[in-house]
Amino acid sequence: MTVPQIIEHLHSVKDPEIPTISVVDMGIVSKVEMQSLDRVVVTITPTFVGCPALEVMKRNIEHAVMGIGIKYVDVIVSYDIPWSSNRITEQGRAALLKHGLAPPVRYDDTVELQLDVLNETPCPFCGSMKTILKSPFGPALCRSLHYCNNCLQAFESFKPV
Amino acid sequence: MNSDAIKDLLLRVADDELIIAHRHSEWTGLGPLLEEDIAFSSIAQDKLGHAQALYSILHEKFSLATPDEMAFMRSEVDLRCCHLVELPNQDYAFSLMRHFLYDAAEYLRYSMLTKSTFEPLAQLARKVHGEIKYHLYHATTWVVQLGGNGTTESHDKMQRALDEVWPFALGMFEHGPYEEQLKTEGIFNGEDELKITWLNYVKDILNRAALIIPADAKHVLGGRHGYHTEYMAPLLLEMTEVYRTDPAAEW
Repeated sequence: MTVPQIIEHLHSVKDPEIPTISVVDMGIVSKVEMQSLDRVVVTITPTFVGCPALEVMKRNIEHAVMGIGIKYVDVIVSYDIPWSSNRITEQGRAALLKHGLAPPVRYDDTVELQLDVLNETPCPFCGSMKTILKSPFGPALCRSLHYCNNCLQAFESFKPV
Repeated sequence: MNSDAIKDLLLRVADDELIIAHRHSEWTGLGPLLEEDIAFSSIAQDKLGHAQALYSILHEKFSLATPDEMAFMRSEVDLRCCHLVELPNQDYAFSLMRHFLYDAAEYLRYSMLTKSTFEPLAQLARKVHGEIKYHLYHATTWVVQLGGNGTTESHDKMQRALDEVWPFALGMFEHGPYEEQLKTEGIFNGEDELKITWLNYVKDILNRAALIIPADAKHVLGGRHGYHTEYMAPLLLEMTEVYRTDPAAEW
């Protein structure tokens, strides 16, 4: 078993709240190390510090790696590499869209993110830019609420952080 | 590094987060609009997460009790939160104004802490900073909307809230016992510096909201040294009820 093979396998572990996206595409897995043939350490970086899905994800990652024959798996949480929504892969963005969530607006992380960009979120249903932010808080810590003035639908977006 | 100084700083910040999280969560199911109900509940959940992360550092690096024990098993005198976060909710204007003044300070505090020489805290601050930006964005939007762009009634309610909350907000910057050590060792640049940047920020927003900062306000002090308001005991009693009944309960 090699590190790339383990990462490949971790694509089978999905975000418990958004079942179309894997923890790898979400950018949560920040490091995978093989300490020996039967010991693997997976480092994860949480999307939101208070995310209630974190414990479930830790457990699911552990089970997934054990499922491919690794005897000892440690999943550690670290803020060494802080999670940002720019860590979500292209495949991950497509998966969010498939779930009906607008992917987070990509931003230049060398300058401070201005939250006014939330008003420039394209509608996940019709693609229109004629949308407005209804609330920066939604049904999960990572989501905001929007409304599309073109197709007259309310929608949710994954927040840029 | 002076571990007593770091512990005191972490406790102050974590206890503020824990107690304001509890107060904000009291709006769950009662918010004036569905979106606001969700906003206060989400903010509460974030704050609780931040408190837990800070207690985890205290547990892992300094062998203090577990995060749950820190939250639910300490007595009032051991808490280091400021009085601002303890006050019971009143009307929505009160909660919004407290949320605004508190989150402006938190946002700026974590900005300063991203440069802390205590690396675990700096790392967490870099992460938390992006989340609090949303809290501050929410608070600022409403303060300007209700104060400057609203009706006479909404403006008056926000002004009354500001008059009431302001002396308590000033108490956020009460010095702990290790102020000098924190500064010398580069762990935290100190409450005085934070207060200056905070004042600049809130003055600008309150000005846009056509709200007037009360003159000659006193600072309400004591929280950072374990002295709390009469509202603290009932709050703790309620917050810790489940844990005290069954410490092994999972929920």
